[in-house]
Formats: sequence, C-alpha cells, structure tokens
Amino acid sequence: MTDPVVHAGSAHYGWRDWLSQRVTAVIMLLYTLLILGVVLWNGGLDREVWKSLFASGAFRLASFLFMLSLLFHAWVGVRNIAMDYIKPTAIRLTIQVVVICVLIAYAGWTIQILWGGN
Amino acid sequence: MATLDRPVVKPRPVYLNLLAIRQPIPAIVSILHRISGLLLFLVGIPVLLWGVERSLASPETFAQWKAAVAHPFAKLVLLGLAWAYIHHLLAGLRHLVMDLHIGLDLPAARRSAAITLVLGLLLTLIVAVRLW
Repeated sequence: MTDPVVHAGSAHYGWRDWLSQRVTAVIMLLYTLLILGVVLWNGGLDREVWKSLFASGAFRLASFLFMLSLLFHAWVGVRNIAMDYIKPTAIRLTIQVVVICVLIAYAGWTIQILWGGN
Repeated sequence: MATLDRPVVKPRPVYLNLLAIRQPIPAIVSILHRISGLLLFLVGIPVLLWGVERSLASPETFAQWKAAVAHPFAKLVLLGLAWAYIHHLLAGLRHLVMDLHIGLDLPAARRSAAITLVLGLLLTLIVAVRLW
C-alpha cells in the first residue's frame, strides 16, 4: 500500500487515468480492426450486411463495450483538457458536470440503438 | 558612479508565446492529438450515434441517411472526423509503443512523430478517395 503521508495532497487518480486511457484505447483499437475487417471482407457495407451484423448479440455486446470505452476515454481526455486550460474553478466544474451528463445521455442513446427493438 | 545610480532594467523577452515558437514535430503531433480528441468528443460521437441509429432504423431512414452524407459539406465533415479518428489512433499507438520504452531517444521520437503525422494524412487521403 502507498503511504498516505508521503502522498498527501495527491488525488491518486493520475496512474489510474493513465491505465484506463490505455485499456479503453486497446478495446477501441480491436473493435476498429473488427469493423475494418468486416468492411474489407464484404467489399463495403450495404444495408443487409449492416443489419445482419447488428442482429448478432455478440456484435451488439462488442459495440456496447466499444461505446462505453469511448465514453470513458472521452471523459478522462476532456477532463484533462479542462483542467489544463480552464482556470476558474466554477466554470471548469460546470463544464465537467455538463460533459458527464452528455456522456451518460450518450450511453443511454447507445442502449436504445442497440437494444431498442430495431 | 553617477552612471550606475539607476538599476539597468531591460525588458527580457519571455518566450512562452506558443504561436511564436517554431514547434518541433512531436509537439505538433501532441497538440493535434488533443485537438482531434476534442473534435471526436464534440462532433464525432453524436455523428456516429446519429448515423448508426438512422442507418439501422428502417430502409427509409437508411436512404435518408445515405442522401444526407452524400452532400459535399457532409462529406467534408466526415473526412475531417476520419482524419481526427486516424490521427488520434496513430498518436495513441505511438504512446503505447513508447510506454514499452521503445523509441524514446530524440531522433526516434521525432521520426515516429513524423510517421504518425504523414501516415495519418495518407490514410485520410484514402478515405477521401473512397468518399468521392
């Protein structure tokens, strides 16, 4: 365990952010390669291939994992940008709250798209 | 010593104006990593979700979506997003490789930054050819 006295004043999330940015990045990379492979394999995407792809439960789960990774990755990235450039605390926190709300809304939209009974 | 009774205060140039400094290639790739990431958050995610939703909902919405993205301005937006995605992905890969302590010395870092920048633009060019 880390010594709390030595690390007093540190928020501790630096290394966790570092790790999560990489884990989510690799998940998105693998999904991107999967999509690229499907497109190249089929020589493009028409509506039939597209529909049948999303008819698969495994693909929907993979898409969900991709979107959650994307949304979390975006949160860490946007928060870092906000912490670097927006000095007034009130404005920065307001923006961060708005970003969180938007990202959660996107997660809901994703669920609607994937399991909304298309 | 009449000439020294006043301290010599000359305005020193504080060179922190990022627009005035000629940035090294790794710095350019780095700031583009940020800009592309912000672009993907602000525009990329809603466009992606909207596109997937429209294209899946029904044959009619699929046709509407195809017509919408066939517009030259829409193609330009998609091309910009394609560049942002490709550059962000390649710059991220460069980070992952450097995390493995590969290519950390300055010449290698400059070279990989140049490769990231150029390869990103080349792959975007392929997307452009496919789009038009």
